[in-house]
Amino acid sequence: MRELLTPRVNGDDVQVLAPVHKTLLEVLREELGLTGTKHGCELGECGTCTVLLDGEPVLSCLLLPVECQGREILTVEGMAQAGRLHPLQQSFAELGAAQCGYCTPGILLAAKALLEHNPRPSREAIRVALAGNLCRCTGYTKILDAVELAAARQGR
Amino acid sequence: MGPVETPPRRAEELAVIGKRLPKVDAWGKVIGETKYADDLILPRMAHARLLRARHPHARIKAIDTSRARALPGVLAVITGADFPPVKFGILPVSQDEEALSTEKVRYVGDAVAAVAAVDEETAERATELIEVEYEPLPPIMSIEEALAEGTVRIQEYGDGPNIHKLVSLEFGDVEEGFREADLIREDLFYFEGSNHLPMEQHAAVARWDPDGKLTLWSSTQTPHYVHRTLAKVLELPMSHVRVIATPVGGGFGGKSDPFSHELVVARLAQLTGRPVKCTLTREEVFYAHRGRHPVLMWVKTGVTRDGTIQAMHFRSILDGGAYGSYGVASTFYTGALQTVTYKVPRYKFEGCRVFTNKPPCGPKRGHGTPQPRYAIEVHLDKIAEALGLDPAEMRRRQVVEPFSKTANHLTITTCGLEECIDRVVEASGWREKHRRLPPGRGVGFAASSYITGAGLAIYWNEMPHTGVIVKIDRGGGVAAFCGSIDIGQGSDSVLASVVAEVLGILPEDIRVVTADTDLTPVDLGSYSSRVTLMMGNAAKEAAEKLRGLLLDAAAKKLEVSPAGLVARGRRVYLRDDPERGMSFAEAAQLAEAAYGTLAAAGSYRPPRRGGKFKGAGVGPTPAYSYTACVAEVAVDPETGEVRPLEIWIAHDGGRALNPLLVEGQVEGSVYMGLGEALMEEQIFRKGLHKIPSMLEYKSPTTLETPEIRTILVETNDPEGPFGAKEAGQVPLLPLIPAIANAVYDAVGVRVDEIPITPEKVLKGLDQKGKGQEPRVGPERFPRVSFPEPIRVESAFGQPADLSLKRE
Ligand code: FES
Ligand code: FES
Repeated sequence: MRELLTPRVNGDDVQVLAPVHKTLLEVLREELGLTGTKHGCELGECGTCTVLLDGEPVLSCLLLPVECQGREILTVEGMAQAGRLHPLQQSFAELGAAQCGYCTPGILLAAKALLEHNPRPSREAIRVALAGNLCRCTGYTKILDAVELAAARQGR
Repeated sequence: MGPVETPPRRAEELAVIGKRLPKVDAWGKVIGETKYADDLILPRMAHARLLRARHPHARIKAIDTSRARALPGVLAVITGADFPPVKFGILPVSQDEEALSTEKVRYVGDAVAAVAAVDEETAERATELIEVEYEPLPPIMSIEEALAEGTVRIQEYGDGPNIHKLVSLEFGDVEEGFREADLIREDLFYFEGSNHLPMEQHAAVARWDPDGKLTLWSSTQTPHYVHRTLAKVLELPMSHVRVIATPVGGGFGGKSDPFSHELVVARLAQLTGRPVKCTLTREEVFYAHRGRHPVLMWVKTGVTRDGTIQAMHFRSILDGGAYGSYGVASTFYTGALQTVTYKVPRYKFEGCRVFTNKPPCGPKRGHGTPQPRYAIEVHLDKIAEALGLDPAEMRRRQVVEPFSKTANHLTITTCGLEECIDRVVEASGWREKHRRLPPGRGVGFAASSYITGAGLAIYWNEMPHTGVIVKIDRGGGVAAFCGSIDIGQGSDSVLASVVAEVLGILPEDIRVVTADTDLTPVDLGSYSSRVTLMMGNAAKEAAEKLRGLLLDAAAKKLEVSPAGLVARGRRVYLRDDPERGMSFAEAAQLAEAAYGTLAAAGSYRPPRRGGKFKGAGVGPTPAYSYTACVAEVAVDPETGEVRPLEIWIAHDGGRALNPLLVEGQVEGSVYMGLGEALMEEQIFRKGLHKIPSMLEYKSPTTLETPEIRTILVETNDPEGPFGAKEAGQVPLLPLIPAIANAVYDAVGVRVDEIPITPEKVLKGLDQKGKGQEPRVGPERFPRVSFPEPIRVESAFGQPADLSLKRE
């Protein structure tokens, strides 16, 4: 059975006919071609599939799109505005916070939500906010540095 | 393009190398544009799923696929019978794998059949409709069982019924060394296996064109070996197979073997006439495995009163799982590098790899060396304590000589380990902390070494290990082509940086084209920390040839000698008169007019410097990297929990081509080492994987990862491009023993078994409370009938012979 979904994705009103049991992750990747959202487990354990739903981080592998009707979804593809990178994207690239880059989209979005609530988070607060996002490459050091740098730049 | 630098006065200064530049592929990664294998969606693409065995060991009696075939939406169902009867394996000596098992399954997760269907769910449902009749065989699940079992065999080859490989080598007379020792110590250690847990699950897409050509996109670290395997197993000419490695979302060694899903999608694409994709689930990644070998170890060392090592005898037994994989190399690696960190004048190694009914083990970051490194560094800590010596100082006095040979005929070039030790001792406040912190707090020290690329290719051949082609177009655009694959370590950036440095432009001016067997020269793969040094040298050679043409053409125009020119800051100009010159693009046009299309190739083959004995192929490398580490931990005596507080790590990776990337490798290695030291383990219950999910398989999050203080100690190695050595593996090695030694410093408990779980710490504390030996770890080393050792004269202390250059 298919249903008509009408979320706002990255600022666009979207209409998509998708099987009812497909997760938001699958609809984003397979129906909308937004493959920037990644997956590492599809069981809610790794944080790789994080997107923002009305500004809050959610695990898209656990979410059914019906729960997103009429709501605002932000994926990594929607972070840059008019070709200008989000400060987090800029600092992640500059500081080497993306090694293989596979965890990067999810972490960028989780960090974006953090900075919106807490523009100058302590290192500890960043650790807590990103605790649900595994990264196997970086040891998190450069990720924490990059979030701090983006916060500092935004605060200027 | 960014601002153009004004040409500096001193042209020999490096413009790109050594700078903290962003990775060239970072931009695509931060906007979600990088296409990993599972992101590929081709028109009419079908989806494949594998049916995997639920028995650890069983004979396949019959497979009935009729119900699966009848399911609407199913396009093809295949079994092992749909492949030529050809086995494969990464090493020529262990060709024991099949695309789909035909006679037997050897571990839970072994693939027996596969389905292609219009979507993944239909494919999954169809696999459930395949009926396999099994005759269960007794499973062999441990080292002890494998050594004891004489009739039931997992594989039909090897050095014993379930022994894959036996090795025995002696360099110099160890007994003589023990006689000269004041103290002889023997210890037993066990290191549990672990998975790489890359965030990206393996995926592959195949397309078969009507002209009989196959293209495979795959998240692989070794496209060249996948290329060879596809041709072999599908009985195709290699020239008709194209393998494109997609950017790898984490490998750590886990994507270095050819895998059955890669062969299966190729066959299914041929049968269905559609592109076919297969993405492993997380559970399947645990089955594909090739992770850290569980290793049981025994070590005996004789030292004089000041801690000088006289002789060392090391034994290891590796639990290999069901197939060969890299296992023969892994076995040698558990013994080969013991001599490269400290001076070991006489050395004996006996190694054994057994088959068990578990997912095959293979190379994981550090390949075969973290286990012995852990054992030896804890063992030396105990020796230092017995002698009343400072463990860091005792080791510092015994660091190998630069440009010397080891007992087992390995050639050391540069070695910055002494400085690494000094720097971490200093930075961590080691002298004030060791044996002086309050109860429950402790520091531990350890050091390590690792190869910068294996000296030999996996299959014997005379060809280069890597090649690079650089081409320059009329607008000054530069493209660099290499078969290397970026797995996050930054190989694309190294390629661009080396070419940019030589040609006097910036990495962002260069387009890199990598890991496509149709377009790029062969690179053997992203394993054994080989890419920076080998590809870097090849890239340098190719770029230098082109720079020569550019300078010649520019010199003619400027009516000067080419020797007086430099290429830098996107210009070619006179060294002594920087105003006189021209743009890079102009020089390129002059050169093209003079010499024709501008393209040049470079290639690299490592020097042949190993010994002349059987088994000498594992261990040699152009250069060894070094690391020293101090870890500080807090141990909770109530829960047994070990919390790493801070890590100081100093790394000699030669010249850091890009310090940002080198630090990233060090930090990532520290992280991965911490996971292994404290929590990660791939373990089994009655043939079943205990933890095939991320929920159960614990790995460190931001909260369990402490601050990592990275110190780069730079040597300038003559073998490396601009002096560079390895960075991605050696820093993992000392972490694990440093944690173990820190736990001992904190609570006086020796956990001689990895991971150091709270239960083990509590057990040790309990024993300590009862006045028993506060040690948790293996109690005995099983009897193994090691062969008589191959006896070779020790080469310890001989000078390095650098005249044996690459041919
Ligand atoms: S894919 Fe792992 S949490 Fe969603
Ligand atoms: S950068 Fe590879 S998993 Fe985070």
